[in-house]
Amino acid sequence: MFRLWLVLFVVFLVYSCFVYSNCDKSRLPVTSPDKSVVAGWNTWQQKNCQSCHQIYGLGGYLGPDLTNAASAPGKDDKYLKIFIQYGTGKMPNFQLSDSETNNLVAFLKWVDKSGKSRVPKESVTWTGNYNLDN
Amino acid sequence: MQKYLRLYLITSLCLLSAAVLFGLVASWAFLYPETYNKFLPFYQLRPFHVSAALFWIISAATCGILHYKKEAFPETKSDNIFAQLFIYTWIGTIIAIFVCYGLKKFGGREYWEFPPVLGLPLLISWLLLMCAYFIPLLKTRGNKPIYVWMWTTGIFFFLITFIEQNLWLVPWFRQSYLRELTIQWKANGATVGAWNQMIYGTSLYLMVKISGDGKKAQGKTVFFFYLLGLTNLMFNWGHHIYNAPAASWIRDTSYIISMTEWVFLIRMIQGFRKTLEEGRKLKHLITYRFIIASEFWVFANLLLTLAMSVPAINRYTHGTHITVAHSMGATIGINTMILLASFSYILGIDQKSEQLRKTIRFNFWLCQFSLFIFWIALIAAGVIKGYRSVVLNMTSFQEIMLPVMPALKTFSVAGIGVVISLGIISVVYIIQAIRCKEA
Repeated sequence: MFRLWLVLFVVFLVYSCFVYSNCDKSRLPVTSPDKSVVAGWNTWQQKNCQSCHQIYGLGGYLGPDLTNAASAPGKDDKYLKIFIQYGTGKMPNFQLSDSETNNLVAFLKWVDKSGKSRVPKESVTWTGNYNLDN
Repeated sequence: MQKYLRLYLITSLCLLSAAVLFGLVASWAFLYPETYNKFLPFYQLRPFHVSAALFWIISAATCGILHYKKEAFPETKSDNIFAQLFIYTWIGTIIAIFVCYGLKKFGGREYWEFPPVLGLPLLISWLLLMCAYFIPLLKTRGNKPIYVWMWTTGIFFFLITFIEQNLWLVPWFRQSYLRELTIQWKANGATVGAWNQMIYGTSLYLMVKISGDGKKAQGKTVFFFYLLGLTNLMFNWGHHIYNAPAASWIRDTSYIISMTEWVFLIRMIQGFRKTLEEGRKLKHLITYRFIIASEFWVFANLLLTLAMSVPAINRYTHGTHITVAHSMGATIGINTMILLASFSYILGIDQKSEQLRKTIRFNFWLCQFSLFIFWIALIAAGVIKGYRSVVLNMTSFQEIMLPVMPALKTFSVAGIGVVISLGIISVVYIIQAIRCKEA
């Protein structure tokens, strides 16, 4: 029994390392985020934005999914900045500085480049799986 | 029962009460954000709710294991010291986490919303728990019942997934958003698998004890199901990120492994008659009632899980309230029911007065009924959101959410029943735990 457990565990370790190094290689080149993106990412976490918003459908349900907010039709940087800086009726005003707001926009633009949140109907195959490689 | 374990049990029940109460208030803040933003915004309430629920589950599971291990392995003085150190460090860190939330200091990660520095005392306390558990375990020889394997797996894998959850602190893991997202949800998925191992192990232990049938925890079939559960813990986490454009073999692996869950469903259907016969003999026991309720919720949630594991269906359910229904069904319906069964057994609730048992039975049914409405309302909300966003291809969030709100109001009203019933059960159990000291 223990041997079987050990074999499974070794497979798990190997698979984990493979996931770490190869999970994004097939589609996107690894593009390191610049300082502004990292700062925006930290602000995103410190203000707990994920409790209300989603990225790739993961996070809270109070506000919209922001994966592709930066490339949404008719919504430019200025539009995003106004929302972030002043809030809305539903979204509180977090009293963010100009640099924090710019960094958050940089972060959202970087996330936007990683892919699309919605899976197009054409990507569903007969097996019930997706094909997102194209 | 030792003083430190009693303290741990009471703390766990306080966390359960806090989790449901914060959950209810958070649902109001969700429905009326303009009002709540002025004094207690949703982004502050949600971490209180999520952390209280998460720590209720982990604390109650480990409290049970620390109590039951005395029967399974020979006890030594050092185990007790390690167990005490674990409990005090663990509780102290949970208090610090809630203080941070009160001060609006967040770490902003799903499940673990506290500042990452507090992960360090949590890690230390878990290592202390491992000392308390593994030292006596390694001293015992011979074949172990399956629940010991499950407890051991749960404790060990919680450590691994907790470390994995914090890998984002190493800059290399943040070079790519998809890498960070994949690893975060790999760890989150496996963490749930780890605590499920601890909790299902406890459920099996209780069934062995109350039925007096030791064979339930021995034999090839139970080991097969244990290994199947372990395989799912290790490899079945990809459904969280099906829609993210990470490597497609991650999705393929998860899809294939998740289909093995059909075996669990078929097994449950096959064992239905046996469960009914057993139920006739044991239904007078409150401990058994909680376990059998958890089995109903396993069945209901398994149907949802199997549906969500198919990418073509996940496309409609992902990011909707169906995911919330799944997590609420699992954490309240399955985990909380088993953990309340465990505490009923530890506190000897079945030997208490008829009046007390009547109170528990009434609130048990109130909880099941409220939870069922709560669960159905969330599924309805998810179906509406999925239909409007995927089928109708709507893009305006406000427009998508408009017809979802009545379902969420129903969910919030049903939540009152969940809060009252679980709150009363917690208070009764806390009183019994305090009286246990006096006896």
